[in-house]
Amino acid sequence: MIRVENVSKSFTLHNQGGAVIEVMRGASLSVAPGECVALTGASGAGKSTLIRILYGNYLAASGQVLVGGVDVARAPPREILALRREVLGYVSQFLRVVPRVPTLDVVAEPALAAGAAREAARDRARALLARLNIPERLWPLSPTTFSGGEQQRVNIARGFAHPYPALLLDEPTASLDGANRAVVLELIAEAKARGAAIVGIFHDLEARAEVADREVDVTAFATRGARA
Amino acid sequence: MSPLLQVEGVTKRYGARIGCEGVGFDLWPGEVMGIVGESGSGKSTLLGCLAGHLTPDTGRILYDAGAGSGAQDVTAMPEAARRRLLRTDWAFVHQNPRDGLRMNVSAGGNVGERLMAVGARNYGAIRARAGDWLGRVEIDGARMDDRPSAFSGGMQQRLQIARNLVSGPRLVFMDEPTGGLDVSVQARLLDLLRGLVRDMGLSAVIVTHDLAVVRLLADRLMVMKSGRVVETGLTDQVLDDPQHPYSQLLVSSVLQV
Amino acid sequence: MTDGMQDYNFAYLDEETKRMIRRALLKALAIPGYQVPFASREMPMPYGWGTGGVQVTAACLVPEDRLKVIDQGADDTTNAVSIRGFFARTAGVATTERTAEATLIQTRHRIPETPLREGQILVYQVPIPEPLRFLEPRETETRRMHALEDYGLMHVKLYEDIARHGAISTSYAYPVKVAGRYVMDPSPIPKFDNPKLESPAIQLFGAGREQRIYAVPPYTRVVSLDFEDHPFEASKPDHPCALCGATDSYLDEVITDDTGARMFVCSDTDYCAGRRAEGAA
Repeated sequence: MIRVENVSKSFTLHNQGGAVIEVMRGASLSVAPGECVALTGASGAGKSTLIRILYGNYLAASGQVLVGGVDVARAPPREILALRREVLGYVSQFLRVVPRVPTLDVVAEPALAAGAAREAARDRARALLARLNIPERLWPLSPTTFSGGEQQRVNIARGFAHPYPALLLDEPTASLDGANRAVVLELIAEAKARGAAIVGIFHDLEARAEVADREVDVTAFATRGARA
Repeated sequence: MSPLLQVEGVTKRYGARIGCEGVGFDLWPGEVMGIVGESGSGKSTLLGCLAGHLTPDTGRILYDAGAGSGAQDVTAMPEAARRRLLRTDWAFVHQNPRDGLRMNVSAGGNVGERLMAVGARNYGAIRARAGDWLGRVEIDGARMDDRPSAFSGGMQQRLQIARNLVSGPRLVFMDEPTGGLDVSVQARLLDLLRGLVRDMGLSAVIVTHDLAVVRLLADRLMVMKSGRVVETGLTDQVLDDPQHPYSQLLVSSVLQV
Repeated sequence: MTDGMQDYNFAYLDEETKRMIRRALLKALAIPGYQVPFASREMPMPYGWGTGGVQVTAACLVPEDRLKVIDQGADDTTNAVSIRGFFARTAGVATTERTAEATLIQTRHRIPETPLREGQILVYQVPIPEPLRFLEPRETETRRMHALEDYGLMHVKLYEDIARHGAISTSYAYPVKVAGRYVMDPSPIPKFDNPKLESPAIQLFGAGREQRIYAVPPYTRVVSLDFEDHPFEASKPDHPCALCGATDSYLDEVITDDTGARMFVCSDTDYCAGRRAEGAA
């Protein structure tokens, strides 16, 4: 489902004398349907960078990034957009939404975008918000005013609103209490059970041990060399 | 599926000065493309060329009106056909609502004009649709017979959007649609636009200098400088991993979005 | 014939000017409802007194013509009397107050009640020829709208009427579509007269200040714009004429004393007089 082959990534800082910072080289990874792979390595080793490359958010300098048969490193924007709509979900660490939009609609949006009927999408959103213990009185409010933990749970609900065949999770259990952490782990297990291929970053070792089938240490891909 | 709009080598000069040069891109049904760049970068000139307000010196703008008619070069269309397109399939939202509204005509009349232009002749039906659209842009139906001069800036802008979308266009051009509005009003408008774009399956080209606006509205981004396109790509990719020196400068120059 | 004929060219205007106006008239007849620009001349009367109509009349008159001039339907008002006198003096043509006898009728703001027939010419005095002017002040834009048949705006005006007054309140200068193509201002005739625009006579419209001529050829289809659910109505005051008892003619309201007493009488003086003569006979 997900295959990364020999990917490298560098940043050229044109406004800082054209410095080229190569951050990744020879990254390779493969995730089968129903499998969860945890990215490990020290902070700054490039875990988030790899996730972002997988999502098409960062542009790979070379190599192949295949998600559901689409090469994210090279595909035209509209193919990546279609991929994100239907195939590839992403739970980032930050919630980015239009202010003023009710939480319920924020969570229902991915399903709507994927073509679900309005009420079906909303039902699914209600179920997820309830499971993640977001009090119902908050549903009509914009999540921009919520606490960090609440925002994180809204973000997770969004990520699971549509049954994506591939999922990217960036620290999904960070800043969650025990009960909510358990719900998220359940959601991940359910996604795996329906055959989703998952790549995640879990600093929470117990969580990682519970859901990850394999670990890939990205330190092996790190270069940390600046070339002028 | 084929592109809704195919833009090829569009160049517009003002004497020796370049308005925009060699711009090309495809816009697919349902896509929203943002065009960013500083003042004078040529983004408004380009939008003017695309929307038929300006005639490009060279280049083609192919529009596929659907129904198997194939793509037609808008720049070579007879004016009557182009105007028909402008008031049915296309829409243009101006930065200043005064440029896009008839200020001496009631809100209902403003919304109804496009319907009447294409032959609607039932007053009750026109009024019902105008009322429906006022509701969709969150304007109280009781204000239907008021003139836009009695409306706030945000309401005027929403009215302009209703006036444009009532004919069920497929392609909308927007020139700084949130410019000149309070931040709180901007958010409401953005939310409204996003919902309308999704529900109606609209394609849109949005010119703005506000990166937060494109982050929330646009699927794709085109960065312009001195009349040329310097970078294109997915909106979040261009904003988070800009490749061109100018894009990097642009992104790093604004507060976090 | 008076000495006037030695001082003025026939019908006042020089032959070159008349030819120029006739060319405009022919073009106007060829494109019904289309406003043809023409080089309007200074006339010995102020704008607003029918300078456009007078020039069209001058270009059409031949010595055999019998001229009738009406102002708001009446043959005996200052404007009508002076224009009739003007042509009697400068062209030496016969004049009449009888619609049926006239070969050329110049009118301000009315169409005679007596049905017109083939061979007659009706010349309208037009203050503002552009029907779209109310909503679009730019001449360049209104011309383009006519060229592209972009007439949505015209219905916006009617829509605004209904929205504000509950009905189309436009009661004169009511816009029409001519021969299925051009939207035209029929000059400030009451909308009661609109159905009479479909006529066996030639109808010519002259706007002197605005320098425009337009025309409706005989038997041309003329449709008053409206909405399906607010159809056009050729309405008039709901009274019979106090003098002749006619119920089918357009009426003027006349205040008869200081206490507000009033009566409704035919605006077409010839029609009214004719009916009274018949009744008396």
